[in-house]
Amino acid sequence: MSVLELDTPARTEPHPGPRIRRRRLPGRAWQRWISPLVLVLAWQVASTTGLLPVRLLAAPSTIAATAVDLVQAGTLPTAIAVSLQRVLIGFAAGAIAGVGLALAAGLSRRGENAIDPIMQMLRALPFFGLIPLFILWFGIGEAPKVLLVALAVSFPLYLNTFAGIRGVDGKLAEVARTVGLGRTQLIRHIVLPGALPQTLVGLRQSLGVAWLALIVAEQVNANAGLGYMINDAREFLRTDVIVVGLLVYSALGLLTDALVRLLERRALTWRREFLAR
Amino acid sequence: MATRVPGPLTGTAAPAVAAVEGLTRRFGERTVLDRLDLEITRGEFIALLGRSGSGKSTLLRALAGLDDEAEGGLSVTGSVAVAFQEPRLVPWKRVHANVTLGLAVPDAKDRADAALAEVGLTERAGAWPLTLSGGEAQRASLARALVRDPDLLLLDEPFSALDALTRITIHQLVLHLWSVHRPAVLLVTHDVDEALLLADRVLVLDRGCIAHESAVPAPRPRHRDHPDLVSLRTTLLAALGVSPEGTT
Repeated sequence: MSVLELDTPARTEPHPGPRIRRRRLPGRAWQRWISPLVLVLAWQVASTTGLLPVRLLAAPSTIAATAVDLVQAGTLPTAIAVSLQRVLIGFAAGAIAGVGLALAAGLSRRGENAIDPIMQMLRALPFFGLIPLFILWFGIGEAPKVLLVALAVSFPLYLNTFAGIRGVDGKLAEVARTVGLGRTQLIRHIVLPGALPQTLVGLRQSLGVAWLALIVAEQVNANAGLGYMINDAREFLRTDVIVVGLLVYSALGLLTDALVRLLERRALTWRREFLAR
Repeated sequence: MATRVPGPLTGTAAPAVAAVEGLTRRFGERTVLDRLDLEITRGEFIALLGRSGSGKSTLLRALAGLDDEAEGGLSVTGSVAVAFQEPRLVPWKRVHANVTLGLAVPDAKDRADAALAEVGLTERAGAWPLTLSGGEAQRASLARALVRDPDLLLLDEPFSALDALTRITIHQLVLHLWSVHRPAVLLVTHDVDEALLLADRVLVLDRGCIAHESAVPAPRPRHRDHPDLVSLRTTLLAALGVSPEGTT
């Protein structure tokens, strides 16, 4: 709906329900498009009259034309494919690590003692600050980029899943005990589903961070991908290409966020019906 | 630690479902249960009264096997089921799945259907627990306990959060279920009228011991103005340390 939503997912709780209540009257919806359109129009006018020089920012019309060119030339699809691949691999690795560690720490006291202190210490590290080390360790190929994404993804998922497991209602665990559930069944029927809402909060946060980590990693050194395309454009003062790259980043961010929302809606039906009442 | 003996009962005229001997439970310095003795006979309906903090729920939790730190003798013969004050339904399982939770028998589904029908919740079997009303949730909780066909049914103030009208309906439902299935029932409550309305035997717990015990011989259905119940109420209130002024 708006680019602003890119900032919000990290902070919002997974309450898919209230969206229903937030729905606006259809007759008024177009009014929300006025101010963005006016802004783009003003931008176009400023560019055409020379008020806004091309070396600072290209005109919207130029940007649109460039986008079409980049798609037709195959540059943009290739760049997107490369970046998407980095995010997906990094995300998968980070998610497996984050959730796996959270399970190990959340389900046993010994696991917590072994894992949690280290995770809490590492969490305090500014992970973008690790880039120089990553370059020293892994060179300038795909590995440091993917690993940076993985690292960024693993922490929100670890913290939220761990908190989710520990936040499961002890009274339900007592019920499980009175109906004779064993430990494995307790984890399967009570603990994991109980931790799921918080894990999904972590998932949304981690996807937001994943794109951020990718953008930073691709700025540093890359010979393919969206970040490479943007950096390359900077060399030639192609502000139009830079803006196209940025727009694609935000579109991809919105897309993945929408996917998580869809997942939330399917996984948390038991909550939605309650909230929708 | 308390011991539990599974298996069928044999023989004697009044076989005990649960026997508690010298049960003691301390929380730090505080002794909540102090060498408590209690025998629960098969099929009897006991109400356990007491002020808050008198140890009622502690005793119930020990009987339910939820307390590993109670000392003394505790033997429960046969199966136990619990319905708690809050229904404690698992919110991410539909009502039917809540009833069959942990039920490892081949005909679990049919038994759950039957239990839900008995408590009048057949139509809500597919509902999410969060969409149930308080009364419906408590019915589902009762169905979850009943479906296990318990020898001992522990009820931990399951009516206290219900509105007055729903409470009357659920009282009748519990009595009906009890008369059909005949489990021994231990009902923890702080409501003297509720105890007199439902139970065969009323116990008053005070300072960790059973301080008073009354049989309630009045036939069911009972009316709260029945003369036997009126005099018993006065006795029980006195045992609970409440002056019966203003009551008739």
